[in-house]
Parts: sequence; C-alpha cells; structure tokens
Amino acid sequence: MRELSSSTAHSSLADDIVVRLRDIGKTFPGVVANHDVNIDVRRGTVHAVVGENGAGKSTLMKILYGVQKPDSGTIEVNGRQVSLSSPADAIAAGVGMVFQHFMLADNLTVLENVVLGAEKLHGIGGAARTKILELSDGYSLGVEPDVLVEELGVGARQRVEILKVLYRGASIIILDEPTAVLVPQEVDELFGNLRELKAEGLAVIFISHKLDEVLSVADEVTVIRRGATVDTVRADSVNSRQLAEMMVGSELPTPHTEESTVTERIVLQVRDLHLGSAGGRDLLSEIDLVIRSGEVLGIAGVEGNGQAELVESIMGMRPGATGHMELGGVDIAGMSTRQRREAGVGYIPEDRQRHGLLLDAPLWENRVLGHQTRKPNVSGPLIDRAGARKDTERIVREYDVRTPGIDTAAGALSGGNQQKLIVGREMAGNPILLIAAHPTRGVDVGAQAAIWEHIKRARREGLAVLLISADLDELIGLSDTIRVILRGHLGQEFDPATVTPQMLGSAMTGADA
Amino acid sequence: MRLVLAFGAPALALVAAFLITSLVLVVAGDSVSGVWGQILSLPTHRGYVNIINAATVYYLSAVAVAIGFRMNLFNIGVDGQYRVASFAAAVVAGEAWLPGYLNTALAVVAAIFAGAMWAGIAGLLRVTRGVSEVISTIMLNATATALVAYLLRKTAIDGGSSNIVSTKPVPEGSRVGGFTLFSDTPTQVYGMLILAVVVGVAYGFVINRTRFGFDLRATGASETAAVASGINVKRMVVVSMLLSGAIAGLVGLPLLFGNDYAYGSTFQSGLGFAGIAIALLGRNHPFGIALGALLFAFLDEQANPLQILLNISPDIVKITQGTIVLTVVIAYEVVRRYGIRLEQRRVSTALDDEPPSAPIEQEVRA
Repeated sequence: MRELSSSTAHSSLADDIVVRLRDIGKTFPGVVANHDVNIDVRRGTVHAVVGENGAGKSTLMKILYGVQKPDSGTIEVNGRQVSLSSPADAIAAGVGMVFQHFMLADNLTVLENVVLGAEKLHGIGGAARTKILELSDGYSLGVEPDVLVEELGVGARQRVEILKVLYRGASIIILDEPTAVLVPQEVDELFGNLRELKAEGLAVIFISHKLDEVLSVADEVTVIRRGATVDTVRADSVNSRQLAEMMVGSELPTPHTEESTVTERIVLQVRDLHLGSAGGRDLLSEIDLVIRSGEVLGIAGVEGNGQAELVESIMGMRPGATGHMELGGVDIAGMSTRQRREAGVGYIPEDRQRHGLLLDAPLWENRVLGHQTRKPNVSGPLIDRAGARKDTERIVREYDVRTPGIDTAAGALSGGNQQKLIVGREMAGNPILLIAAHPTRGVDVGAQAAIWEHIKRARREGLAVLLISADLDELIGLSDTIRVILRGHLGQEFDPATVTPQMLGSAMTGADA
Repeated sequence: MRLVLAFGAPALALVAAFLITSLVLVVAGDSVSGVWGQILSLPTHRGYVNIINAATVYYLSAVAVAIGFRMNLFNIGVDGQYRVASFAAAVVAGEAWLPGYLNTALAVVAAIFAGAMWAGIAGLLRVTRGVSEVISTIMLNATATALVAYLLRKTAIDGGSSNIVSTKPVPEGSRVGGFTLFSDTPTQVYGMLILAVVVGVAYGFVINRTRFGFDLRATGASETAAVASGINVKRMVVVSMLLSGAIAGLVGLPLLFGNDYAYGSTFQSGLGFAGIAIALLGRNHPFGIALGALLFAFLDEQANPLQILLNISPDIVKITQGTIVLTVVIAYEVVRRYGIRLEQRRVSTALDDEPPSAPIEQEVRA
C-alpha cells in the first residue's frame, strides 16, 4: 500500500505540492495529540485525512489553520516554509478552514456574513456583492447574497462557509467532518462542489471517518492512527476494508494467547435496551447482551454508532434509557449511577479528562471521586483523608503511576499515568463488572501495555468486562467475544480467534449487511 | 511556594487598586496624600469595633455567596434573600410568641427558613426549567424589595410623625447583647459575632471534610466528572442553593438583634453584593473571606470621616473596593496558570530523574 511513494508520476495527479507537512508533533498536558505527521497535498486534488475520533485529525488541522502551534516539525505552503500563529496568518498564506460547527450569524444576510471581518477586501457594498456572485457562479455554489442566514438549510449554510473561505482568497480549503451534518442528497451536492473546486486548481483537505464518502470524493487519502500518519494512498487503489484496517491498525502487540476464563455465571444481562433522541432517530434500539464472569465482551464499531450511549445507559447516566438490566442477578434498571457503582460497576470513561478526573484536584481526591460513599475513602458522612491518601499511595505503587506525589494535581500527569490512576481506582472498588471505554486512547505504548495487562488480570479474577474500542487489535487481543454496533443496533457476534480486522471493518461500515 | 502564590495575587490586586484610586484622585484634583493619610491611619477604638461589626455581617454574606461559588452557582440573590429573611425574623421576634432567647432562636430559624426558601426558588427553576440562577436571583432581588416593602406596610407599627416605618421592636429580653472591647467607647461588638465564627468553622469543615462537601466541590470542578462519579447534580444544585440561602438568611441578624432591634425602611441594604466581592477576594476560603471582610469593613470605616476632614466623598473607597475585586480576579487567574505550569514542570523534572521503565512511543515507532 505504498503505491503513491513509488508511482512518481500519475497523469491525474498534478505534481505541484501546495501543502507539505513534515514531522509535525504536538503534545498537550496529558495527551500526545500528534507526532511524526507527514502529509503532502497537491494542487487540484481532494486530499482526505481519515482516522478514528481522537486519532489527532482535528489537532493537525488546527495546526495547519494556525489555531495551535506545533511543538516540532515544519509547514510549507506553496513551497514556502511558514510559521502560522493565528488563523489570520493561515488565511494570508492561502489556507482556509470550514469548521464542523458553522460560524455564521443567523440574523445577518449571506453578504454580511461573508464580508464580516474581511471588510477591507472588497468593501461591504456593490463590489463585495459582485465578488460573491462571481465566486458563487464560478464554483457553482448557488449562494444568494441577500438572503438571511436563518432562512438557509444546513447544506446552504455550508456553502456560505465555503464561499467565506474563497472570498478571503484561500486556495487550500480544509473541511472538518463536513458531511456529519448533512443528509445524503446534500452530501452529493457538496461532493459536486468539491469537484468544481479542484477542477479550478484549488486543493481541498477533507477530514472524515466515513470511509465510503472518502473513497467517492478523494484523490488521495492519508490515514492517521494514534496521532501519527500511517500512510498516504491513492483513493482508487484501496477499498474501505483496507482503509479501515489501516485506521485501526494491523500490528498485533498482544495476541490472544491466554486460555479462556469464561464461566457460566452471568454477571450483566441487558435486554431490550432502548434510548431515543430528541432528533427522532433512536440512539440505541433492541440491545440485548450478556457478559459472564471472566468474559471480556468487546464492542466494535465506527465512532458515533451508539457506543458512548450504550456505556452511559448501563452506567445510569442517560435518563431516557429503557429496558431490562440485571447485574449479578439484581435489577439495576431503576438505580442511580451511584447505586450502580456501589452494586459493583467499575467505570473507565471514554473521555478521562471530562468524565474521569478532577484535573485541578490532587491525586488522592481523585481517588475518592466515584467512590465517595465507600471505604477507605469515607467514614460515615466524613471524608477519611488518611484512608484515601494511604490507598492512593498503594494505587500509585501497584499501578505504576508516575507522579512526584499524591498531592500533585491530576491534570499535571501524562495521559497514560492519569489512565493508570483511573484503572487502579476502579479496580479498588472490587467491581464485578468493569466497563472500559477506549481504555488506551491517547496513552503511550508503555502505559497501553500495562492497562491491557490490568484488564487481562481483571478477567482472570472473574470480572465481567465490557470493552469499547476503536482499535481492532485491542479488541481482538483482549476480547472473548466481539460484537459490532452499527446505528444503535448491536449486531453480529464474532469469535476473536478467527475474526480478521477486515471482517470487522466491513461489518462496522455495514458493507456486508 | 503555594503560600506565596496564594497571597501574591491579593497583594498585587491591592497595590493596583491603590494606584488606580490615586489616579482618580489626581484627575479629580483631590489630595492623594490626604485621603491615604486618613484611610491608612490607625482607627479609633470605636472604629475598631465598627470594623469588626461590619466585617461580621460581610462575612456571613460572603460565605453564603461562596457556597454557591464552590459549585459554580452564581447566587447574586443573597441581597434579596437576607432582606426577606431579616424581615421574617423581625416579624417573628417582634411578635414575641416565646419568651426571652427562645424567641431569638425561633426568629433565627425563621430567618434561615425564609432565606433558604427564597434561594430555593432559583434552585428549583434551574433544575426544572433550566433557568440560569444568575437571572432568576437578580429578578428575585427586585421581587424581594417589592414584597418586603408591601408586607412592611401591612405589619408596620405606626411611626407617628416619622416617615420611617418598621416592624414591632424586638423585646428587650430577646435582644443579643454585645461584648465591650474598649472601655472608653460605648459601642460594643455584636454578640452575633459568635454566629459568624460558628458559620465559618462549619463552612470550612463541611466543604473540606465531609462527603457532601466533596460532592459539592467535585460538581463545581467538573460537572461531567461529577455525573460519571454518581453525584446527582440536580439534587446538589437545589441543596446548595438552599444552604446558600440559609446562610444568607443570617446576614441581617447581627444588625437586627444587636443594633436596629426592628426591620424598617432604613435597614442596611446592599450587603449581598459586597458579599460577592468579598467571596471573590477571599477565594471562597473560610479564612480568606474573613480577611476580605475585615479589609472591606476597614476601608468603609476609615473613609467615613473624609467628607468632614477633606470634603471628599467617602464613596471614593467604593472605587478602591471595586478595583480590588476586578484586579484580584485577573491576578488569581494569572497566578493559577502560573501554578499549573509550575506543577507540570515539577512533575516532568521529578520523573526525568528516574530511568523510564517503558519505552516512549516515539522510540517504538522510529
């Protein structure tokens, strides 16, 4: 799959590179967002950047748009090395971005929205209107300058955003998940617009995790996984299965070598779980699942198909969820989140910084979080500081949390160490069910191996584990059973001993269904 | 180091506030040295007592606000809550259904109840209808003004020829006597000072040592993490609004039982807003709030004679107080960010010393 690098000249791909990213790296406290990112974008092409949520696509695009400054690496635009410290710099260099959430003022007209902040270019009157109409006709955007934005549909608003970027003179346009908000017909229209743009010699960078869309519109595809570029391939030389495989990885660091510990004893039984949404489409429907003691049930699926909702429904964080739920033979459907935790659910949340930690609080207070009704953290209505601190010391020691001390704020630790603290804390509650949502996302390889080991140990100790992951290797390596979630339905069951990432990939995208 | 950071910000803010106030004085053509000479002079013995008394009231108000702040709730309504509560307490005490201090105790309970209920309206609106407590408590302040004025007319005793209307006076036996601090002044320290001390100790204990306090702080620090940890956030909003209102209910009591002995149209207002400023200044810390309250009371007291001495309005200290609050908010944020960076550096230096037992990601990929 390295066709691109070997095929030096292909007739359809112009060779002039307009954006060249080299060795881009960016670290946030607690997360390595990007490292070793290398991308070449050519004039007159649509270049897709794909990867699971959290793989680092958005950070990378923010770097290219001047919102974030990279810690390392170089950016070349149109052959010149640039340093982008604000979107204004990016626009001056010819880079424009259309965000997933539109930035338009509803109560202003299209014209007013377009010229807002760019009044110096063509004024705010006739000259601006002429320019807008010229661009709109030139790229077949069909934008009318005098309509109020509030009267426009989503697709039209997006075209206004694209026009805003063109109006500011961009020749390189970044679209962040542009199809997420569109219905299928609008997606087709958008793709038509994108083809116009590239025909006029512009370069379009298209961020997505929807592989079929990517393949239908892109000329080249760069895959990002765990913050680094995996490869760049020509869209006509791959299929969605191959892309999925590249997205989720094909190196198997810890294959499924251990003996099965699955017992007959059912720990979690969910029947007919249902979760509606305000928008009408059900987020979850007819979910039936069983996890036995000593079993890891892995849930595979493309991000946004109901994984987060499933976890939060089992945790009791989704008030609208209906259905039958038993934990160790006890009906927990009517219980609050705290009661479910007390009943023996350990929870490693998907977004540890938002759901798992108090970033400004010291480690020992984070040890208490989620366990503030149980020993050794409390005695009666009081917080047992000594008990909590002592047990935090134990977790730091046993789970190898690298920290100067337990009074350090959780936010100052690296992502892997934050996660090890969370795993240690959740295991300390003697759970019978462990819910682990993307447990190794954004953590370094050392911590990843440690966390895998802890999950395996939990399984040996007879816990039931619900594992959600975007990393198919992780799922295959750890799970006893894998099921695929697609549009809120829990579908096919796979045996990790025989399944391949390709099979899962096509089930996840619904290609086989 | 933490202590330096904690006191650095308010010190910075004080200096900035003094500079800005001086600038205003210069522009207005008033004597800078004269004003600071008076304000920074040693108070009289009577002045000391007045400062302690004013600080007592400020303290209660600021604690009421701080309870909300710890939860990210902006209870701007302490002002209305304490006026409704003081009025309720004054009516109960004036009716004197019970004898002596039992009457006082009943009035205190009435004040707590009235303050909590008034604040609870905002809490309920927030959890059931999603109304921002900022908006609803501002509205409730205005409503409180009208409601109390209306009820005061109904219950007021005839003031004779005076324009002042007030509730029935608290009977002698139910008043709370003061402590004599200096023998050369008849002004006494409010007996209710003890109430403020008890509230401060209880506040510090509940917030830092109890499960409830942990839940409250966790909700304030991260609502999403609080939900995931099993905290019922809606319940916490209602309970903390009730608590905040209950403490707000106490604000007017030192005045009622130690000075005014009735609720009338001249009862001190605006204490709730001072409380917001002092809670910010004191960083919601029980001891910090006490220092803030004393500082505000000191400035008020020392500015009083300015009119007579220099013909300058004592309101000049309002500028100082306002600037302190504005600058302290900025200074705390600057210091907070600096503290985070410091801590991250400390973590990385502490960890660089030990050899990494696992390869870091970059090396594996290379």
